Amino acid sequence: MEETDVVFLWGSNARAAHPIWFHHLLKGIHNGAKLYVMDPRRTESAQWADVWLGLKVGSDIALSNTMAREIIHAGLVHQEFVSNATSGYDDYKRSVETYTLARGAELTGVPADVIRDAAHAFAKADRAMICWTLGITEHHDAADNVLALINLCLLTGHVGRWGCGANPLRGQNNVQGGGDMGAIPNKYPGFQEITDSAIQARFEKHWNVKLQPNHGWNLTQMLAAMGRGELTSLYVIGENPAQSDADGHHVEHLLNGLDHLVVQEIVMTRTARLADVVLPAAATWCEGEGTVTNSERRVQRCRKASEPPDGARDELWIMSEIAKRLGHDWGTPTGEEVWNEFRTVAPDFAGGMSYKRLEELDGIQWPCPDESHPGTPFLHARLWEKGATRGPAAPFTVVRHEGPVEMPDAEYPLLLTTGRRLESYNTGVQTAGYDSPLHWGEMLDISPEDAERLGIADNEEVRITSRRGTLVAPAHIDRTLRAGLVFMTLHFPDDVATNVLTIDVSDPKSGTAEFKACAVRVERSSVMAGSAHS
Amino acid sequence: MDIRLLDAEPTAEERSAVDAIIGAPSSSWDGGERGSERDAHTAEFGGRATRELRHMLLPLLQAVQARVGFISEGGLDYVCERLGVPPAEAWGVATFYAMLATSPRPRRVVHVCDDIACRAKGAVKLCAALEAKCGPPITHEPEGEHHTLDRDKPAWMHSPCLGLCDVAPAALMVEAGESLTERSIGGATAEGVSALLTGKRVSGADGADQPHVVRSPRISRGGLLERVCKVDPTSLAAYRAAGGYAALAKAFELGAEGVIREVTASKLVGRGGAAFPTGRKWEAVRTQAAQPHYLVCNADESEPGTFKDRVLLTEDPFAIVEAMTIGAFAAGAEKGFLYIRAEYPLAFERMHDAIGQARAAGLLGDDILGRGVKFDIEIRRGAGAYICGEETALFESIEGKRGEPRNKPPFPVSHGLFGKPTAANNVETFANIPAIVLEGGAAFARVGTEQSTGTRLFCLSGTVRRPGVYEVPFGTTLRELIDMAGGVPEGRTLKAVLLGGAAGVFVRGDELDIKLTHEDTRATGTTLGSGVVMLFDDTCDVRDAVLRIAAFFRDESCGQCVPCRVGTVRQEEALHRITSGKTRGGVRGELALLHELGEAMKDGSICGLGQTAYSAVESAITRLGLYAEPGSATA
Repeated sequence: MEETDVVFLWGSNARAAHPIWFHHLLKGIHNGAKLYVMDPRRTESAQWADVWLGLKVGSDIALSNTMAREIIHAGLVHQEFVSNATSGYDDYKRSVETYTLARGAELTGVPADVIRDAAHAFAKADRAMICWTLGITEHHDAADNVLALINLCLLTGHVGRWGCGANPLRGQNNVQGGGDMGAIPNKYPGFQEITDSAIQARFEKHWNVKLQPNHGWNLTQMLAAMGRGELTSLYVIGENPAQSDADGHHVEHLLNGLDHLVVQEIVMTRTARLADVVLPAAATWCEGEGTVTNSERRVQRCRKASEPPDGARDELWIMSEIAKRLGHDWGTPTGEEVWNEFRTVAPDFAGGMSYKRLEELDGIQWPCPDESHPGTPFLHARLWEKGATRGPAAPFTVVRHEGPVEMPDAEYPLLLTTGRRLESYNTGVQTAGYDSPLHWGEMLDISPEDAERLGIADNEEVRITSRRGTLVAPAHIDRTLRAGLVFMTLHFPDDVATNVLTIDVSDPKSGTAEFKACAVRVERSSVMAGSAHS
Repeated sequence: MDIRLLDAEPTAEERSAVDAIIGAPSSSWDGGERGSERDAHTAEFGGRATRELRHMLLPLLQAVQARVGFISEGGLDYVCERLGVPPAEAWGVATFYAMLATSPRPRRVVHVCDDIACRAKGAVKLCAALEAKCGPPITHEPEGEHHTLDRDKPAWMHSPCLGLCDVAPAALMVEAGESLTERSIGGATAEGVSALLTGKRVSGADGADQPHVVRSPRISRGGLLERVCKVDPTSLAAYRAAGGYAALAKAFELGAEGVIREVTASKLVGRGGAAFPTGRKWEAVRTQAAQPHYLVCNADESEPGTFKDRVLLTEDPFAIVEAMTIGAFAAGAEKGFLYIRAEYPLAFERMHDAIGQARAAGLLGDDILGRGVKFDIEIRRGAGAYICGEETALFESIEGKRGEPRNKPPFPVSHGLFGKPTAANNVETFANIPAIVLEGGAAFARVGTEQSTGTRLFCLSGTVRRPGVYEVPFGTTLRELIDMAGGVPEGRTLKAVLLGGAAGVFVRGDELDIKLTHEDTRATGTTLGSGVVMLFDDTCDVRDAVLRIAAFFRDESCGQCVPCRVGTVRQEEALHRITSGKTRGGVRGELALLHELGEAMKDGSICGLGQTAYSAVESAITRLGLYAEPGSATA
């Protein structure tokens, strides 16, 4: 992103949520890149943008499809790339035809000329990229949102080239690494398909066990299975679902209903407090050996810098001991031994990434199949090749605008969207214990117009109520919000459990809940108290 | 940029001062009213277009100052909101410049010069009389009581050199309002200043109007003062009738390389003090691949005792416009900046007017003289900072920042204004250009000496009989120059001459055979500097002048690098201890300390300010023997 011409930062407040990555973006801006930020709020990131497109919450597909139609009608499609390397263009073209600039402006709220200019800038740029985060994925149609953005990249040929591409920004130093290693319900290590019988056979042989042939449950599906009584025991590692998931009251109820809950953690989270067994773990990033994979797929070594506190154990040791109790003696593998096994079972992916090379090259971007391979700075370059090496075509996917499941109405007239602030991290497990001049606790950000209409003063306690729950928090009058939109975070769940408000609908494809949109009512807390007594 | 504003409300006056320069806000995101549907869904503020306006920070702060008399938090906040600049950064800029006030200041303020040249002409007595008559002066960084001061009650304050040393003692009245009123006076008296304070028009003695200029009889024709006080400086027609703009036409015939060839052949070197060959500078800029190129005319004439550039700017403004146009043509620049110090209101007015007339006549703009050459000049006014005469500090100031010098290399020819190749020259340097182009570099080089070609302007001030600007060929002796000006008044003896300004050196009254050339001054350990020749006769307290110089450097140090920031303070303290007789380790000990400080500043400072801050003090010790006289406190 440091050498690109146009950046669409879409559904991401990276300035606050990915501050280190944002510095790289700033280098790109310094080098001349134009920045467009698509976000309902004029966030810190949007304030750096050449153009802010303040779309309505959940209208991302409408915006993307409108841009696509404009690019098509303006003759700005990368014809050569589309015909050589993609499939499904005609269906896609037909599907976006109804998304005229006028309709797009109506669906998204963004003025038509602004949509047009952004579309033209993206299509005409020599290099352009779309970067996104949870503003795209925390919706009930998350996967469709992603596909809508990929469509735009395919349409303009902004993929498989240096300085281009569709880039999800990872929210944690190693969330990518978890997927790499197979800690997802539908892939073996190195993203190898579970349902492919040949691959399955290879893993069964390697591990000398029988493997189940179906996709597992993702977190949302697990919660549903708990509700049905099908899932009765849960082993949670480094996750705090009691506070991080939508409709918090309901999740806590489900966790309490389990037969057996094991939580492996470095701190005593809310979820850990519900557990039957807590396994105190070492903080691997500094108290153990291993690797992490960052947003740009760069696998990096992490090294032990200090001893864990008394009683906390290395996570590999804990899992090996549990395996032993379950009848599988793995011995006491080191991080490097596990990594080398991974390289053996996913050779195309990681074969060339020995600890030695990772150290020599300061990390390697996967895939890296052999020890002479330099790593892969960007993916999908094959799409530009001629002949057979080009491989299968990249498909356009038809996606349609739906909007949020729950829209404001007379009873719940405001739309609540959630996000992060600079100084805090997720449910606060890792940040709440530290002092910061920016720690102001949870607040309800509200537009000056709504605050005035409701008679709310800055910093006044207000009651926020959705169909699922109610809570009290101080209001913060925020000029970056337009009337009708309010904003909260999930950083202080012990004080203000924002997720009692959010809606428990999720994307069937990705399992992500629609944290970004639910309807709420806001009232002055003192008025509430008065009326309750009367 | 994501910034946190102060939430302080600007007054309508502050708002309109800012809007008058950059227009009204275009949306609620840059200071306009909320409520439009468009603003709820889009913003085009904060990106590149906004960042490219960053250089307007200083002009906007100056506009608020000029309208209101000081910059309130609300005014600062509004400027920040309009430009997307963090308030802390804008505060850093506002507090850097002496002419900007961040706490309430009366609308009308008279700055009374008490710098070395004015002191030699009784400024200390003047200030004492003024204090008795009108009360104590206000200070730049006031204590708490100033927050409750009556802003309608005019006040006066001490000022460093106003560049009016030829009519010393001098004062400058500045009155904020709908239109800024500025008025400089020379020959100031307590009565005159008090009349200025009450808003009365002061008759006569507007020193800037009638400068005393003298050309050496050895200059047969031409020279830098040819038109000064003879040709109407407010008329382009008069300038053209006197031969103006023939040089520009000739330059276009010669082409850029031809111009540079002549300038190189003339052996012209910069008159700002560093004496760098002008032809080489322009050639270095011309051949830079990076675009755009800029041209800067340094008219921030702030060296105490210097006023020659003021005279050129006020009396021959079209020559500077023409010369800048030639320079820009040679260096390949389409945009020029003229940076004039805040203390020169008349120079600003004349240059502003001259640039306007030149533009209207097609001598600036997109098609100069119908030759397709493009160039225009923007004037920037300083805001009271000596350091901005240092060229990289001047760039910073034009960019709207604190005037802190940059580390070099890279040099301005490759990384100058806005990081682009920049030809920066002093006013007097430019003034030489038309003649070089017209008559050829060789003819120019025949005047003066082998290594110092052409003529030079000297600023005669202090206790000299006929102060003013004197033009002499290089090679003239200091004695000849002083004799031209009539020497010291009858019956007095010349004790010392300060050569080159506060950053220069003192010589004794018996060292007048020094030839005024770059090579001779170098050989004698003296300097021409900015052309200051300030005389001190036996009625003057030279030690007091040395102290004032030390105070000046302490006050004007930008504070960026330690040797200068700390060194200038310690230097002044040591001099005070000597003067008061409360030395540590005796005078000898203090002199050793001063020497060590001086060496540290010379070796370790980023820019010329720190490097020369000990120069005059050192010469007062070694040449004048000022601290070894009988009667001084000894160890």
